[in-house]
This record gives sequence, C-alpha cells and structure tokens, in this order.
Amino acid sequence: MSTTRYSEDHEWISVDGDVGTVGITDYAQKALGDVVFVELPDVGAVFIKGDEAAVVESVKAASEIYAPVNGEVTEVNVTLNDDPSLVNQSADDAGWFFKIRMDDAGQLDELMTEDQYEEFVKDLD
Amino acid sequence: MTLDPSLKRTPLYDLHVELGGKMVPFAGYEMPVQFPLGIMKEHLHTREAAGLFDVSHMGQALLKPGTDEDAAVLLETLVPGNIAGLKPGQMRYTVLLNAEGGIMDDLMVTRLAVDPKTLYLVVNAACKEEDFAHIASSLKGKATLERLDDRALLALQGPKAAEVLSRHVPGLEEVGFMNAIRAEIDGADCHMGRSGYTGEDGFEISVAEEDAVRIVRLLLSHDEVESIGLGARDSLRLEAGLCLYGHDIDQSKSPVEGNIAWAVPKVRRERADFPGAGRILRELSEGVAKKLVGILPNGRQPAREGTDIVDGDGAVIGTVTSGGFGPTFGGPVAMGYVPREFSENGTEIGLSVRGKILPAKVAPMPFVEKRFYRKPQ
Repeated sequence: MSTTRYSEDHEWISVDGDVGTVGITDYAQKALGDVVFVELPDVGAVFIKGDEAAVVESVKAASEIYAPVNGEVTEVNVTLNDDPSLVNQSADDAGWFFKIRMDDAGQLDELMTEDQYEEFVKDLD
Repeated sequence: MTLDPSLKRTPLYDLHVELGGKMVPFAGYEMPVQFPLGIMKEHLHTREAAGLFDVSHMGQALLKPGTDEDAAVLLETLVPGNIAGLKPGQMRYTVLLNAEGGIMDDLMVTRLAVDPKTLYLVVNAACKEEDFAHIASSLKGKATLERLDDRALLALQGPKAAEVLSRHVPGLEEVGFMNAIRAEIDGADCHMGRSGYTGEDGFEISVAEEDAVRIVRLLLSHDEVESIGLGARDSLRLEAGLCLYGHDIDQSKSPVEGNIAWAVPKVRRERADFPGAGRILRELSEGVAKKLVGILPNGRQPAREGTDIVDGDGAVIGTVTSGGFGPTFGGPVAMGYVPREFSENGTEIGLSVRGKILPAKVAPMPFVEKRFYRKPQ
C-alpha cells in the first residue's frame, strides 16, 4: 500500500516502504508543454529537500525539479532518455523521474495530500 | 490572470482569448504564446498544412516621397539594400544601420505596385517607435512617414497557405515569392506580400483593424488552417535559420558579423554610400573577429539563449543567441557567435549547459529545407 504526497513545486512522491518514486503532476506537465528532454540525476546522488534534482526541457523553456525530501537516488527512469514525451502522456505514472531512499519519512508530513494539492492548484488558476 | 495594464492589445485580442490562447507580454503587447494545440503541434501543423499568426504588433508604415522624389532612393541613405532596384510590387529584406554600421532593426520593404514611388515598410514591434522616428527625422523635407497603426497584420504560412487563400483571391499563382499585391478578401481591402518568417511559402496580409476579426475567422474556417502562437513562430524561424532582432542581431553587430552580408549587394558595396560603409566594407574584405553561425548540439538536450560556447579546453569563446528544440528537425538547434577560426561548418565546439559541456558542431542553416514558391516561367 503506497502513499502519495505533493509539493508546492508540483512534484509528487509515491512512497513504498522507505523508497519514494518522484515525478511531476499532470498540472505541471500541462503548464510546461511538450517535453523534449529530461536531465536525470545520477544514481547515488544525495539530495537535501529543495535541492535541484532534475531538469525538464520543454519546447518553451528549462524547468528545475526539486527533491521533495532528503535522501539518496536509487534508480532513474532511463526510458525518459528515449521518450521524454512520456512525461506529457503519463505524468503521474510511466513518466516518473527517479526513486529516492528517504532519510526521514517524517518529511512527508510537510507535503500535501491529494485533496490538499487539488485545492492548492484550484487557487492558482 | 491580469497582465500589466500598460500592455497594448491587437484587434485580435478577444478572438485569441476565445480560442484559448495563452496570453503573455511581448514587445509591449499581450500576445498569444500558444493555443490549446501547443507549440509542438502548432509548429508541425504549419509545416504540414497552414498556420495563421497575428503579427499586428509589428510596425507598418508608408514612406511617401515629396514631389519629384522616389522613396526607394531616399531610404537607401539609411539601409544597405538595393531598394531603388525594386520593381513595382517587389519586396526585399533589409536592415536599418546606425552610423557605425550596427543593425538598428531588420525590416521588409515593398515598392507598391499601385504607387511605385511609395514604399510599404514592416518593422519589428520592439523597435517601431525608434525606427519610425529615425526614418521620419532623417528624411524630413524629402519624404513623410505615414504610420499604419489602424491596420492589423496577419501571416498565413505553410504549404497549404496559397491553396487556402486562392479560395478567396484569384490569380495568386502569378504572385512570386517576395512579391506583393493589393486585393480584396471577402470585400476587405488587403495588401498581401508573399513572404514570411517560417521558411515556408505563405503570405503576410495587412488589413484594416475593423476587418481583421472577420478575415481571421474566414481563414480559420478552412480545415487546413490553425491559429499559431509566438512560441511556434520562434521555433519555425529558428529552424529556417532566420535571425531574431534583439537576440541574434542588434545595434552592436554589423550585417557581416550577423551573417547576412547578402543583404549588402554588390551595387551598394560599389557605391559605399550607406551608414557605416567604411566598417562594413572593411569587414567584407578582411573578415570579422566573430560571426553568427548555426549550431547543432549532439544528442537531444537543447541549449538556450545565453549559453556559453566553449573550445576544446573549456575556454569561453562565444554565446548562444537563439536555441531550442526544432520539432521538424527532430532535435535541438541553435545559433550563436563564435570567433572566425571556429566558424567553418563541422567545427567541433562545446556548449556549457548547467555546468556540463555538451558537444556540438557548427552547422549550415537553414536546419530544414526552405520551400518558397517559384512562379512558373
């Protein structure tokens, strides 16, 4: 049973045990437009919450993706190298970016639930 | 969302919003950067069928000569192009030069078929106040500049543009590339030039503001035509290897540095009678220290404007002035300034993107084949 939490930077983290899978929300992919390249972190990279962890290049611009929690990258989604448009087609599933082994699961409480994120996005429009 | 209230709107603003255009500030106007189709599909649609662009923010004007004067001869004192040599109805790309031979703006100049001593000018939105003031004051007493602020400007671009427009305007097959006619579309008096900023066949259509919405709706009623925003306009012109003023060329760059020396034809080089002729002729014979070139990054990662260009040792040798992803090319494309010794096609260079060196090559432009119309002989 996994738990998904959301950041104000429009990342999601889906947690299973002490490993979280990180991606961007459907709202974010729509705002970015057609994704043409994703710069993924190295496996083994260690991030503090808020560190720049990846970069998404759309036809419009480059946008930073921030680590939503502290931890170490255990895996990256290499299929994005061949097909970055997966971020547009399946932002909340097949278009995930990286997996991170969390230092402190308590940091999840600082993020939003799905309901809270939906409210947050509603206020942005 | 409300943008800065000082921003101006074109006559098509309400229609853009109705069509779902995402409005952004650009050169003092609220303009659509994209429509619901999105930049990628808008770009591809323009290359496959036809795209309709609102470019009403650009500056349009007539340069009207005084008695016994020819506006084309007068304008040549400000630009290096062969304007006097334009036949009635012919148009040409040229640049306004400052006294040092730097580019103040680039513009399109048409010698009107109906009034051959008068020129129709189209200049960039961000430069129009300065351009028009400069032209009017420089030619004071010999010609008058009449601004056409009450006219909208539309661009219909793509391989289906002529076919679509022909349903409303007869005889377009007789209008060659870089030629203009005056004709009616659905009763609206239009000035139409066969040119554009995409590398495709197409027309730029000047129409009175009160007719603009009706003409746009009429053109959009054809299945081949989609509304296109500024985002795709930029990727289309970049793939076509066309400069963007204020980015690829500016006041500090000459036409030789900007790799548009073809805009200084032989007849003007011989006369050497344009602003900054000394510098430009010297650069033509001796070469320039830095030059605008096409750049192809290896791989898929785009290099944006402002990216440092580096040599094999990692030393900074230049800057990317335009860069992004070319949807038709299918990969990243860019242009930028490099020292002369790095300007040959195929030269290996590096692009410093977020602390990593991305390998790239100097490459010929355009990045995609130009498909301009050739009138049957």
